[in-house]
Amino acid sequence: MTATSIFFYACAALAVVSALAMLLNVRNTVASALCLVVTMISLAGVFLVLDAYLIAALQIMVYAGAIVVLFIFVVMLLNLRHDAFAPNRLIPVKFLACLLGVWALVRLAPLFARYLPDPATLPEGFGGYRHVGLALYTDFVLTFEVASFLLLGAMVGAVMLAKRRLD
Amino acid sequence: MELETILKTAFILAVVVLTFAPIITWVERKQSAVMQDRIGANRADLGGITLLGLLHPLADVVKLIFKEDVVPRGANRFMHLLAPVIAAVPAIIAYAVIPFGGSYAYGDRIVNLVVADVDWGVLYIFAIGSIAAYGTVISGWASNNNWSLLGSLRASAQVISYEVTMGLSLVGIFMVFQSLSMFEMGLAQDTTIRLFGFLEHFGWVDDIGFLGFLQIPNWGIFLQPLGFLMFFTCAIAENKRAPFDCPEGESEIIAGYHLEYSGMRFGLFYMSEFIEIVVIAGLITALFLGGWSIPYLPQATLIGGIAPVFGDYFATSICMILHVVSFFAKVIVVIYLQMAMRWSLPRFRYDQIMDLCWKILLPLSVANVIVTGGLMLVFGVGV
Repeated sequence: MTATSIFFYACAALAVVSALAMLLNVRNTVASALCLVVTMISLAGVFLVLDAYLIAALQIMVYAGAIVVLFIFVVMLLNLRHDAFAPNRLIPVKFLACLLGVWALVRLAPLFARYLPDPATLPEGFGGYRHVGLALYTDFVLTFEVASFLLLGAMVGAVMLAKRRLD
Repeated sequence: MELETILKTAFILAVVVLTFAPIITWVERKQSAVMQDRIGANRADLGGITLLGLLHPLADVVKLIFKEDVVPRGANRFMHLLAPVIAAVPAIIAYAVIPFGGSYAYGDRIVNLVVADVDWGVLYIFAIGSIAAYGTVISGWASNNNWSLLGSLRASAQVISYEVTMGLSLVGIFMVFQSLSMFEMGLAQDTTIRLFGFLEHFGWVDDIGFLGFLQIPNWGIFLQPLGFLMFFTCAIAENKRAPFDCPEGESEIIAGYHLEYSGMRFGLFYMSEFIEIVVIAGLITALFLGGWSIPYLPQATLIGGIAPVFGDYFATSICMILHVVSFFAKVIVVIYLQMAMRWSLPRFRYDQIMDLCWKILLPLSVANVIVTGGLMLVFGVGV
């Protein structure tokens, strides 16, 4: 194994473990949110190995750096305890769903392995800001604009909701 | 890892963490003493030798290491111990992408004086800067103290807000230099531009004659003056220093998010603030003040002037040393500016800090991007 693949497996394992820790940790919500941060950062590491440098940097800046901080803000202020949640019902159903999921994974894994495409050869400058920027503002400019309109709409909606409380 | 990388890393750590940071703590004390008409730090004494108080950083370290490391009752022990590390590490590793010298050819071997010359260097700085915010968030929450929590809320809201403007204020400089790599920006700033060159460009005058001698260095601060001011403001706000020091407030929330820390864990918070001062100075130097370049003396001219007399290797080495000295001289100037600001400006109120960010700096930085783009179109640069 090369250093790159060791780094990849370390990041991937950390992402999975911290994601599981986030889900299974019901005692402490802040710790759960911090596990989400670790997941985001290790995903950035995975992107880094895949030569997607811009995405890796954005993953940390936007997800770990901005979005989850806001989550933690809210969670910290609410200071939720275990008893603040509804009691855990439907345990048999959840257990069944888990079994079903594992069974599906076992059945599907060989299919995925068979039809996995060969790794593509990367063009020059792949994953850099030039490449991504050019693609975003030429080939996918319509999608980009549609997404920005959606965001603008969401922003106006959020301001309206907040203002109604103030007025 | 190569030997060269290890040497460069060791050099940067030795200069920034072990030399600049302790001396800045002394400078800050001395300067506050001068501003407040006191004598200042001069009591640390080794057998009668005080060195104008320069022994104080040493005494501080000894004191902090031997103090008891208290974890308050009811605190989340693991998080409480982890938070100062998260706050300090990003400050220390930021210098990896800041070039402290140029590119020097020794025969076939090229020496670039930057630890990691990555193509997306500025993004790396922003990414690790946003991780540093977790140090303040976690420390406030894990201390189980309401004043700490309030301090960390103030700190993280301020840091997140100013991060946005800080990124946008740099877009102009990315456009001008057509790069995100600080090394490439440094290379581009090692030239000069003619102040009246635009007369020729638009065909108003055929030859500007002697006016062509009026040149300014091709530095970011001349190409993006507004960007420089906004970035400097945001950087100081990011570092939570006066006049943006609302996360701390003796009369309202005491020491803010690091209220419950003692010993060397408090020392890490303290140290990271001073290392960040050096990081900000390095960033401003690399982006806006020409990096390592010496104004009006490009590298080729410098080496070409010395090489015929002393030989290529010696000339390149002299050039390298001069460039590193030039870089750190500029860094010291910017550090001094930050220090002087602390004791000369009154403190902002918290709503003023937020207003300044969202209502003044953010629209200005977007306008700066648009104006820069328009000017580049008119002048036909980088199109």
